[in-house]
Amino acid sequence: MSDTATGPFWWRSIGQRLTILLAGIAAVLAILSWWMVTSFAREAAERTQDNVLVASATTIAEALRSEQGDILLELPYSAFAMLDAIGEDRVFYRVAADGETLTGYDDLMPSGTPDRPGDIRVGTISYRGDLVRTVTVRRTVLANQQPVPVLVTVAQTRTGVEAIGTGLSQTAAVLSVALFILAVGLGAFAAGNALKPLNSFAQAVTRRGPSDLRPLRRKVPDELSPLLVALNRLMERLGQSIRRSEEFIAEAAHRVRTPLATVRVQAELALHTVEKDEEKQMLRRIIRAVDESSRSASQLLDHATVSFRADALARDNIDLADLASRVTDGLAPTADMKDISVRLNVVAPATVQGDAILLESALRNVLDNSVKYSPAETEINVTLAALDKKTWQITVRDQGRGFAADSIPALTERFKRGGNVDQIVGSGLGLTIAEDVLKAHGGRLELSTPNEGIGACVSLILPAA
Amino acid sequence: MRFLLVEDNIELGEAVIARLSLDGHAVDHAKTLAEADEWLSVADYDLMLLDVMLPDGDGREFLRRTRTTERLPVIVLTARSQVSDRVDTLDLGADDYITKPFDFSELEARCRAVLRRRGTPTPALIPLGEALFDPSGGTLSHQGETKPLRNRELRLLEVFARNKGQILSKSQLLDRLFSQDAEVSENAIEVYVGRLRKKLLAAGVEIETVRGVGYRMTWA
Repeated sequence: MSDTATGPFWWRSIGQRLTILLAGIAAVLAILSWWMVTSFAREAAERTQDNVLVASATTIAEALRSEQGDILLELPYSAFAMLDAIGEDRVFYRVAADGETLTGYDDLMPSGTPDRPGDIRVGTISYRGDLVRTVTVRRTVLANQQPVPVLVTVAQTRTGVEAIGTGLSQTAAVLSVALFILAVGLGAFAAGNALKPLNSFAQAVTRRGPSDLRPLRRKVPDELSPLLVALNRLMERLGQSIRRSEEFIAEAAHRVRTPLATVRVQAELALHTVEKDEEKQMLRRIIRAVDESSRSASQLLDHATVSFRADALARDNIDLADLASRVTDGLAPTADMKDISVRLNVVAPATVQGDAILLESALRNVLDNSVKYSPAETEINVTLAALDKKTWQITVRDQGRGFAADSIPALTERFKRGGNVDQIVGSGLGLTIAEDVLKAHGGRLELSTPNEGIGACVSLILPAA
Repeated sequence: MRFLLVEDNIELGEAVIARLSLDGHAVDHAKTLAEADEWLSVADYDLMLLDVMLPDGDGREFLRRTRTTERLPVIVLTARSQVSDRVDTLDLGADDYITKPFDFSELEARCRAVLRRRGTPTPALIPLGEALFDPSGGTLSHQGETKPLRNRELRLLEVFARNKGQILSKSQLLDRLFSQDAEVSENAIEVYVGRLRKKLLAAGVEIETVRGVGYRMTWA
């Protein structure tokens, strides 16, 4: 781990490492192949020249004849014509019988001469400022019944051969470079392709929300399967510990709330049997304290749930009209106790994307506040309408005490309550929860008191799906 | 009305029973799901109050099981308050839920709402003088004319109707009528009594003020 973190930037990615390694191998192979092609081409060109020179010298040697003791030579045209094939190289020759030049260049002296008839000597010498390739053939001609050794030497400069070699070498170099580039491209492709399972594996893990702890079920290459197994085991352990703590919270809530419920019911029961006003007052205080503690506990738990779920926000399609009617139905009995009528005006369907449980809890908190702070026999209007083409707005408007204008900015802060709440039980978390939910959904919460301090107006504004 | 209360905490269960009996309801108490099954097989109930965490199982599991056979309205009592729990229980077929600790007026209001939603097959009518009072429908009929009552008027009238001729103090009425959550003055009682008087005058029902003590309703 540590060496990858501290290495040069191009060495930190497996893909880059693979590409660089493959490119290196390709470069070595390209150079090797260029060198092999070049040397082979040179050798082939040289061998061709030698063969032609030998053929030429042999043809000349074949043309030797003797007549009345003289050695005669009629130079065959074809012996030189075949040499023309190799570029524009100059050709030299010398035919010498018994060391005396019959025809050709006197000073063309090859590096060595063949010792026996039929032998061929090939060599390279410097002649008239150029390197020349020489071929000498030895033949014995009978003149006056005497065998006379005749040496036929044909020489040619090497410029053409070298030009051919250089040309072939250049072509080979171009081909090698092309091959190298192709190999690098293929290498990068291969590296990318080989790493694809790893990348898609990483993406599959990244795409998941923090609360999604189901084991990953996907086919991975053998090399990745230990990682997959380890990851799944880790997620299982994490899931277990989250489940355990959720169960613990539920159990703790149960353990705390059940006795609180007993206290509350007993106190209420006692209220109906005691006579004295002071005693009744004491019992009412007990009930209020119970309500306050239980409400704080549940709002704190809700707040924790909201924060957790907002991190891993679900993206379901939700009909706000449906949601609003569910929430108003749920709170209707509570409102009814105060003879408050909750009127719902909706346009349907109004779709948003998000987490239904969170949005429901946001609206419930807002509406619950309205019911709490509204006087008996009043109305609460819940209106769902389009604010503009891309935004829905749910407005909850009551005829209660409204918000004090200077307290509005602070009301959505945790545990902040308005200055005009009197004795009403509350935790100071309701609007915080609502605002957190809306922010997580890309919306906002707006508070106002439109009618000169009578009636609060809370708007939940959400982007349309 | 007849209730089945499924609650393993004995103190809480007994207190709930005592409180419901005050309003004239009959309540059977099951402490486990097994007991609840037994009660359900021998008696008919108007409503079941079901705790979700019981020693012999999860109340939600029980709910899922009984939902297939019973048409009994169910209100779940839960000590959980996690946002999602409510959705669970309603999905499983509970009619409503209430979190512990609960306000009794709220429980009553929720029971009433559930029963109204379900539709009561035989309304129990209470004759008050020449008028007929229907507590579950929330109406008062006199000479062929049926008038709806507001919730608080209805509850107040219910208390009076069940305590014919008895003197009820303002603070007694206050405790019966209002959730402890709300701060309500005794003046409010005077307002509601005044309204009821107007509505009952023609039927020959009288709500008498007993100075310094409270009110008493009498009818022929």
